[in-house]
Amino acid sequence: MAIIEVNSLRKFYGGRPVVDGVSFAVEEGEIFGILGPNGAGKTTTVECVEGLRVPDAGTVKVAGLHPVSDHAQVTRILGAQLQESDLQAKLTVREALELYSAFYPKPADWGSLAERLGLTDRLTTRFGKLSGGQKQRLFIALALIGNPRIVVLDELTTGLDPRARRDTWKLIEDVRDSGVTVLLVTHFMEEAQHLCDRVAVINAGRVAALDTPTGLISRTASSTVISFTPSRPLDDADLTALPAVASVEQKDGRLVINGTDETVNAVISLLARHRITAERLRVADATLDDAFLDLTTDPTDPTDPTDPTDPTDPTDPTMGRAADLTKQEA
Amino acid sequence: MSASTAVLKSEARLFSREPGSLFWIGAFPTVLLVILGLIPSFRDPDPAMAGLRTIDLYVPIVVLLSLIMAGLQAMPPVLAGYRERGILRRMSTTPVRPVSLLTTQIVLHAAAALCSAVIAMAVGRLVYDVMLPKQLFGYALALVLATLGALAAGATIAAVSRTTKITTAVGTAVFFPAMFTAGVWFPVQVMPDTLRRIVELTPFGAASQALNEAAAGDWPSWSHLGVTALWTVVLVAAAARWFRWE
Repeated sequence: MAIIEVNSLRKFYGGRPVVDGVSFAVEEGEIFGILGPNGAGKTTTVECVEGLRVPDAGTVKVAGLHPVSDHAQVTRILGAQLQESDLQAKLTVREALELYSAFYPKPADWGSLAERLGLTDRLTTRFGKLSGGQKQRLFIALALIGNPRIVVLDELTTGLDPRARRDTWKLIEDVRDSGVTVLLVTHFMEEAQHLCDRVAVINAGRVAALDTPTGLISRTASSTVISFTPSRPLDDADLTALPAVASVEQKDGRLVINGTDETVNAVISLLARHRITAERLRVADATLDDAFLDLTTDPTDPTDPTDPTDPTDPTDPTMGRAADLTKQEA
Repeated sequence: MSASTAVLKSEARLFSREPGSLFWIGAFPTVLLVILGLIPSFRDPDPAMAGLRTIDLYVPIVVLLSLIMAGLQAMPPVLAGYRERGILRRMSTTPVRPVSLLTTQIVLHAAAALCSAVIAMAVGRLVYDVMLPKQLFGYALALVLATLGALAAGATIAAVSRTTKITTAVGTAVFFPAMFTAGVWFPVQVMPDTLRRIVELTPFGAASQALNEAAAGDWPSWSHLGVTALWTVVLVAAAARWFRWE
């Protein structure tokens, strides 16, 4: 059953739509990612889920409750980490954890939360003296302190070093495994790919695609990247004639071919036929980065290399993607 | 521990970590009283003021100064900062309403101002032998009304100013006229008639006169109490009407 339901959500600022008909449903116990370029409406969308903003149109339900009119009940089951907020500068980490524990009927043990987030040796440090990463970890702890059923994390690992980021990912996975639903806003593709069970890509206030990270990647025109240095030059015509090839680039004698699995086999047989050896041959899957760039490019741009089989209806891009999605899963 | 007790405890602890506020609210008014009392002529009875000494007139004035310091100087930047830095926003995602943070701050500043008023009266009594107010209830009533007025004025400043910087600037701009009307430069009783009548229409001018009357043993006149009360009501309504949460 969906624990968060967002239906045709619209929010305008100064007459301009920031969120323009966003719909998605988050299942209980999953990590649901919201990806999108800056200003796409991600934060506004989750602020409507948190009850901090009132939608101009559409509905939002959190565990069957209305985030604005049932705000008191929603705050007891939903923990939030906001993108831009501070605490009182002279409040220490321990005091902040104790204070926020007192707000909830059944708080988590703040001591073990602090330990998991590596804050134990910072308990007596004042908020104003914490580094950016430490502040971020404290906010994650505060989002989890009320033992929420749902946790909304906006730009979870911004400001964290790679090690702290990995540790935080592990923590979020553990949180999910304990049955908590996670709604995650991010613009780190690696983070979405690593953590999310499903991802909604939001572009210009609309859902451009909704799928698993793997599903999104396999939908890109070029899901595989082949690169190597040939022992002698290859004929351009031979390369462009390869099946499912999306692009061929040549730089300092090194070839980079974007295509699919089919292309890989064709490249290998082409090399064998001409008895050319491929030095430093690398075959890599495309990343969510590639999928993201594909999905968030301006659809009216004639040079846009989107999949020509995608029946994009300019009035409703989500429809085309949704049809595409069923094709993927079939 | 209930949520509101936890907020009160935490904010009281934070208040105690602000040496600036503690000095200007708690110590400065009394220090000023002690310095004024060092001027020998201020300790001489003046037949023109019914045999009172200038220092006698200054005790109610420094009492008002404590309220003005707390309400107009110390509190507004705290409230505006809580809004500007997203502290209220963060709190509104928890089961505790952010308004509890604001009311706690108002209560703490009121308590600090009243403590400071008591210290000033005690020091005046012990060091310069200034009589304690003879009409204690009237004095307490005028003091409470003036405190509410000062805090309401501060809350209104924080409400209408967009940023913490503007709040501080507006607070300071209001601070000097407030001190003048309370009588910090010349006690209200010794102001020329026309000026005095105008000053008596301001919240602190009226409060100053009410405190003087109570100090002398009379029940403060209802017109002075009424002016202070009316200002308080208007300012509370303005703060509630215009406060922005973001």
